[in-house]
Amino acid sequence: MSLLEVTGLNSYYGDSHILFDIDLRVEANEVVALIGRNGAGKSTTLKSLMGMVQPRSGEIRLEGENVAGRKAHVIARRGIQLVPEERRVFGSLDVEENIVLARLTASSAWPLERIYEIFPRLAERRSSRGTDLSGGEQQMLAIARALVRDPKIVLLDEPFEGLAPVIVQDLMRVCRRLVEEGQTIVLVEQNIAATLSLADRAYVINNGHVVHEDTTSAIRAQPEILRRYLGV
Amino acid sequence: MLTWANLVSQMFNGLVLGALLALISSGLTIIYGTLGVLNLAHGALFMLGGYAGWLTFDYTGSYIAAVAGGALFVLLVGIVIERGIIRFFYDRPHEDQILVTFGIGIVIVELVRLSFGSLSLSVTPPSLISGITNLGFVIYPTYRLAVVAIVAVALLALYLVLYRTRLGMIVRAGIEDAGMVDALGINVYRVFMVVFGIGAMAAGFAGIVNAPVAPITPDVGTEILVQTFVVVVIGGVGSFPGAILGGLIAGEILSLTSMINPAYSQVMLFAVMTLVLVVSPHGLLGVRGRQ
Repeated sequence: MSLLEVTGLNSYYGDSHILFDIDLRVEANEVVALIGRNGAGKSTTLKSLMGMVQPRSGEIRLEGENVAGRKAHVIARRGIQLVPEERRVFGSLDVEENIVLARLTASSAWPLERIYEIFPRLAERRSSRGTDLSGGEQQMLAIARALVRDPKIVLLDEPFEGLAPVIVQDLMRVCRRLVEEGQTIVLVEQNIAATLSLADRAYVINNGHVVHEDTTSAIRAQPEILRRYLGV
Repeated sequence: MLTWANLVSQMFNGLVLGALLALISSGLTIIYGTLGVLNLAHGALFMLGGYAGWLTFDYTGSYIAAVAGGALFVLLVGIVIERGIIRFFYDRPHEDQILVTFGIGIVIVELVRLSFGSLSLSVTPPSLISGITNLGFVIYPTYRLAVVAIVAVALLALYLVLYRTRLGMIVRAGIEDAGMVDALGINVYRVFMVVFGIGAMAAGFAGIVNAPVAPITPDVGTEILVQTFVVVVIGGVGSFPGAILGGLIAGEILSLTSMINPAYSQVMLFAVMTLVLVVSPHGLLGVRGRQ
């Protein structure tokens, strides 16, 4: 049994059909990437897994239990945690409050020290409000909020978007460390080099369909796939 | 006639009205900020607090029991309304939410009219805070001064809940982005229930505290509802400090304008609201980056 098994997932925004019969599988300790153009449905897939978009049909089996259609807080308590693209840090709360809030309902939350050890910058800024953080710091906080809940699966949506290269390197180091520690991750990221170097396997999503699935080393060896679906 | 004594006492009237508006608006603004539902029944809940308090007063003869009774009854009513009706409207369009809360308000007002009639009722405060007080420069009703103090304590309590408790932390986060609070494992719908109850209680508490100042009638909430909306808009939607600042400003505007010409007091209030919106579209202390 895979840790996460998605079958026939269909999601809509209002009347427009966004995801068409998505099938995915994520094994424990695996890093799986979703790649594809902007608007292909990658973020919608992550939001559907989190329950922030309610899928119309299909199954999302986490350790065998179907969580499709459950509310986001139920899914979060089962162990899936999304780091959203817009980061959605609480600006009126300070850094520590953001983290404390996130761990309130976690069954096996990390101690704050472990978060601050991974992100020393957040320790320095622990009493700064979310609105006063730089983009990179907000991203660190968004990731910290997910990690502190010790989720079974972290869904990372565009974690490097809009950040300076030096900060991307910092975050890459954090991601590598998480991978080494066996954290299961589903990654959506436009930075294709970073994605392929972090992930074990990738699904190519195009117009809401899964059009290709392979190991990242195989995908790297077939540049025509990236050219065809990503235009790179 | 315009004299210094008149002006000062009118400014005190403005402070009393402003304090009450601040409290009622705090309730409205945290409900709207967190749930995203504009509660048009808020005026009716203010009125209901007055009646529930009057009933308690009638049985016990105690002002303190009346205040507690009024506030707690409306807290309960708020929770029942949220669980029974409002929660089915979170995913519905704003028009539906507005219509349903408007309808709830009408039902409450008419039920009260049916039970109590349209005659106005009043509550007498304890002798310690009745009578008049000579402040040296002006002689002023003691109870009205007490209202300012009572409301200040209530606002302080609300502040402490919002800024010093775990629930308050969740509510402040929810005002910004309820969806993200939910995604972090917190049952945001249960938080909605509590917030609606507390917001309703703020209105009900104000309703009974106001009872010795102005007679209780079934329609007393209608006018206050409109003023409350203006306060929330001036202060910034979802902002607790904004509701307090906006309330105090609105109280003084209404009071000072009516000294010159009562007919223009509402006009002046809306004029100031428009001015604030032009200069600062999010209100004076609006929450930036709301989702």
